[in-house]
Amino acid sequence: MYLELIQIRKTFVNPKQDTEVVAIDRIDLQIEKGQFISIVGPSGCGKTSLLRIISGLENSYEGDVFLDGKKIQKPESEVGLVFQQYALFPWRTMCKNIEIGLEIMGMRKSERRAIAMEYIRSFGMSGFEDRYPYQLSGGMQQRVAIARTLIMNPKVVLMDEPFGSLDSQTRNDMQEFLMDLRQKRNDTILFVTHNVDESVFLSDRIVVLSKRPARILRIFEINTPHPRDRTSKVANDIRREVIEILRQERISHSPVNN
Amino acid sequence: MGRYLPLLVLLCLWQVLCSVGIVANYVLPSPIEVAAGFWSLLTVGMPPGHLLYYHIIYSLYRVSLGFSLACALGIPLGLLMGWFPRFHRSLGPIVEILRPIPPLAWIPIAIVWFGIGISSAAFIIFLGAFFPILLNTASGVSSINPILIDAIKTLNATQMDIFLKVLIPGSLPSIFIGMRVGMGVAWMTLVAAEFTGVKEGYGLGFMIMTARDIQRPDEILAGMFVIGMIGFAIDWSFRAWESSVRPSE
Repeated sequence: MYLELIQIRKTFVNPKQDTEVVAIDRIDLQIEKGQFISIVGPSGCGKTSLLRIISGLENSYEGDVFLDGKKIQKPESEVGLVFQQYALFPWRTMCKNIEIGLEIMGMRKSERRAIAMEYIRSFGMSGFEDRYPYQLSGGMQQRVAIARTLIMNPKVVLMDEPFGSLDSQTRNDMQEFLMDLRQKRNDTILFVTHNVDESVFLSDRIVVLSKRPARILRIFEINTPHPRDRTSKVANDIRREVIEILRQERISHSPVNN
Repeated sequence: MGRYLPLLVLLCLWQVLCSVGIVANYVLPSPIEVAAGFWSLLTVGMPPGHLLYYHIIYSLYRVSLGFSLACALGIPLGLLMGWFPRFHRSLGPIVEILRPIPPLAWIPIAIVWFGIGISSAAFIIFLGAFFPILLNTASGVSSINPILIDAIKTLNATQMDIFLKVLIPGSLPSIFIGMRVGMGVAWMTLVAAEFTGVKEGYGLGFMIMTARDIQRPDEILAGMFVIGMIGFAIDWSFRAWESSVRPSE
């Protein structure tokens, strides 16, 4: 198995009542190389915490994360992370944002510039390479953030609601852009979203999480080839089912925290 | 051009009040007399032989000495305070006790420690500039969006990379603000520090105090305008420098 989560459990202490709150409750998940997995769940269920654990940014949890046989213990460029708020460096131009990982690696300037320019070209951003992030549209900022992550050729790419703050037209464009990219590169992607349509359009598997404490409620396999019809019967059936599970989850009473 | 009209009216009014004798010219010399005083500062000097040009150079020299010292100490300390909360907490009380003491209140003890001269003037100016630089730098670091630090960590960054590629560029706007405020305070402090005496016989503050000693209000006022104009020029060049090194937002 390529990426493996074993019995991930995350708790934190509520300082007001001095009680332990369980955020993630023993999640097991196996992901194969080249798969596109979406994680959907009610907001505040701990999806972001889960990504932070896998990326190595979060250290205080129980369980293990293995990537290609190696235990993840600290952030490293083998696990790429794309943030919802883009997290671009405002004082760097597009090109310098994209090449920063190579710069940290110690690659020569001319070399890393050439690679970054290749990404800028294939991402359809030529002519904007010397612009600063605030001069770019939301969609383009997110493409810069994706390029900055992919340029390191990570073994797995984590995406935390990357299109969450885009308008719906740009969001659709970005979904198609991401699909094209994936057909070409065959990256392994773990994609967190609260948008069910998006997950149905993009993923090989959809993992549905419960509300807090997060557990896996169900996993859907989708074998329809890409590019997908957003309104096909299969897509609609899955969408209906996922939405129904999430609705049940919202109205059910949460169990008392132990 | 219209916005300079009130200024022109004010100058005319001032001139008229003086010319008709409503205000005695030993209290308030007329604008023409002030201009003549300025000319005399340039050509004769105050005290005679000590030309304006040298006073300006000495003052700038004292300011740049104290100010550079304040930057050299305030920026690194501020970065450390912003990055290590524990360091901030343990340094905080010291800063909070020292900061409210006006720099000018340090003059007597500075003279005891360093004597009258460049060291005590530089020390006073250092104190004026140091705290704005320190505190603005620290708040600049702590205002950096933590997500940027997460982002660079996922790209294999070391502590050094985080420092050089995120903390310093990210807090640069605040550092600039601290430097500008610090420079403003330094310039104000300088003139007062020079009132108390300078060994070399040069300095703008010394110059206008000498003019007072020999009852030359025209040269006092001319000297005040020179001090103001230089302060303005320094602030302006800081802004120009700032906008040349950073993208505007």
